[in-house]
Amino acid sequence: MIKLQNINKSYHMGSNSLHVLKGIDLTVEKGEMVSIMGSSGSGKSTLLNIIGLLDSHDAGEYLLDGKVIREMSETKAAMLRNKMLGFVFQSFNLISFKNAMENVALPLYYQGVSRRKRNIIAMEYLERVGLTAWSNHLPNELSGGQKQRLAIARALIGQPKIILADEPTGALDSATSSEVMDLFGEINQSGITIMIVTHENDIAHRTQRIIKLNDGLIHTDQKNGVPRPPEKPALN
Amino acid sequence: MFDRDYWHEIGSSLAKNKIRTVLTAFGVFWGIFMLMIMIGSGSGLKNGVNNGMGDFATNSVFMWTRQTTIPYKGLPRNRSFYYRNDDIQALKDNIPELEILAPRLEGGGRQSGNNVIRKEKAGAFSIYGDYPEWNLIDPANIDQGRFLNQIDILQNRKVAVIGKRVLEVLFNKDENPIGQYVQINGVYFQVVGVFSPKNQNMNFGGDKEQSIHIPFTTLQKVYNYGDVVGWFAMTSKKDISVTVVEEKAKHLLKERHKVAPEDERAIGFFNLQKEFDQMTGLFAGINGLIWVVGIGTLLAGVIGISNIMLVIVKERTREIGIMRALGATPSKIMAQIIGESVFLTTLAGYTGLVIGVFIIEMIDKNLPAAATSDTMFLHPTIDFKVAVSALIILVISGVLAGLIPARRAISIKPIDALRFE
Ligand SMILES: Nc1ncnc2c1ncn2[C@@H]1O[C@H](COP(=O)(O)OP(=O)(O)OP(=O)(O)O)[C@@H](O)[C@H]1O
Ligand SMILES: [Mg+2]
Repeated sequence: MIKLQNINKSYHMGSNSLHVLKGIDLTVEKGEMVSIMGSSGSGKSTLLNIIGLLDSHDAGEYLLDGKVIREMSETKAAMLRNKMLGFVFQSFNLISFKNAMENVALPLYYQGVSRRKRNIIAMEYLERVGLTAWSNHLPNELSGGQKQRLAIARALIGQPKIILADEPTGALDSATSSEVMDLFGEINQSGITIMIVTHENDIAHRTQRIIKLNDGLIHTDQKNGVPRPPEKPALN
Repeated sequence: MFDRDYWHEIGSSLAKNKIRTVLTAFGVFWGIFMLMIMIGSGSGLKNGVNNGMGDFATNSVFMWTRQTTIPYKGLPRNRSFYYRNDDIQALKDNIPELEILAPRLEGGGRQSGNNVIRKEKAGAFSIYGDYPEWNLIDPANIDQGRFLNQIDILQNRKVAVIGKRVLEVLFNKDENPIGQYVQINGVYFQVVGVFSPKNQNMNFGGDKEQSIHIPFTTLQKVYNYGDVVGWFAMTSKKDISVTVVEEKAKHLLKERHKVAPEDERAIGFFNLQKEFDQMTGLFAGINGLIWVVGIGTLLAGVIGISNIMLVIVKERTREIGIMRALGATPSKIMAQIIGESVFLTTLAGYTGLVIGVFIIEMIDKNLPAAATSDTMFLHPTIDFKVAVSALIILVISGVLAGLIPARRAISIKPIDALRFE
């Protein structure tokens, strides 16, 4: 599904340049649920953004679903994001003046689905994340956990092949985080590939594979088998 | 693309900055409003002046005699001369461009006191000896009876066509003037018609309502003018400048009256066409100025809109980033921002247009009616075509105003937009 070979990325600020990714080799198969860990500034978000076509890489090869991603036009990238990818952010990134249903329906708007149809579909996804009763509410009337479930519904509605989540539980308490992870688990069960950036060990241990970044390189890549049940926090 | 969400997006993003939106929109509103008021006023001025001319033949030239200023063929300078009856035929024969020739002779004026008497009533009126063609030079409404005709001329009939005011002074309200007799400078004339002028701005030294037309030949005969002609009114044939007629007539008349060809002052003349063209040019100038000022004001408003769109785009950077992460293509984003700009510009401009047209129409309704007034301002209107072109200009400028902000919105990478605080 995702194949990275020797991915490099530097940021340039004036005369300074910061080499953030120094040659990432990574393959993620379809249906995997992967977490990415590492210290702050190690390049986790940068990596995820490159995978998500929100940012470009300087060198190396990136294959997304078999397609080579290189110097792609923004229009093409936008269409790929719309069809292939779903995003979940730490800060939710909901649109403040749209209600829950409209927020969820937004990706379908860019696919050209009619308003009536996409609102019906949006309600289905709201039901799936348990927010049916909140469909008419604006994002700022929802709790953090509700907002993140809303964002997940929005990420799912385009029926993506991959969900990319950058610290999705970073702003949530542990109980709510656990709920969100349950949801990710269900989504993964339906065959969608998931990549989660996180700082929290217990979140990471609910995925099948943990990749640790250190200073722009993959430090460890360990598969830890089946995700553990939510009741028993990981002892690692 | 242009479904409800599209408009919803536009509406909500503009509504978030209500005061600023309204203030900016006011710039465009004011530009169009002023443009409409100025165009309406310009047309009012033009209509007023044109109405003052009535149906007066604008392609006309008038020619009278003055004293010579150059000695010629043994004749001294400062010599007075008069046009004669045989000049009439000579002009007709020698100037093919001539359309209408109306010689006129002015009889005892009203300055000398009451010159027209009927029974116990009397008044002072201008007396004109005219050919029937006069009514083609300065057409008047014939209220009763008829104007002079060719038989009046040939038979030297003592008939008179009297002005509206003459009728009021000499006749009682319920009297029928046609067939009645009035005494003009001691000679009886039968009234055959009553007229009222279509304009007051074009006159020849007197109120036309207080004038009387009698046959040219009758005037010459009855008051012993011999074969003297006072002056000529001439028009040119269609599509020929009356200046051609003017030049040829001057040349011919100088020759016939032994006036030096280079004597520019011996023949007095007035070329209405030239005056009219100057006025038309003036109105074209005013009109041009109106558009320059109007478009300038509008441009200032449009730049204001472009400016606020830039601010809005900047404030919405993050939101635009989210939209792009969710799959909004650059063209969708551009359409959205240009749409907002066009919407704002057109709405503001349309409001200005409607209010401007409304005010012009209110002014029009409250102005005195055309026929009675000798005002310089009449019937201000805004051409439908002008309104439509103003709207087209608005839409185009809306697009242009949105272009820079839209390009800015898509010039940054989605990830930078998402990170924007
Ligand atoms: N747009 C940018 N311009 C310049 N430097 C950047 C930019 N984005 C990230 N960086 C730098 O690149 C490095 C990696 O950033 P990145 O956001 O990938 O880290 P991270 O692993 O996600 O950290 P955190 O856990 O704190 O989120 C950091 O040192 C950061 O300062
Ligand atoms: Mg990060």
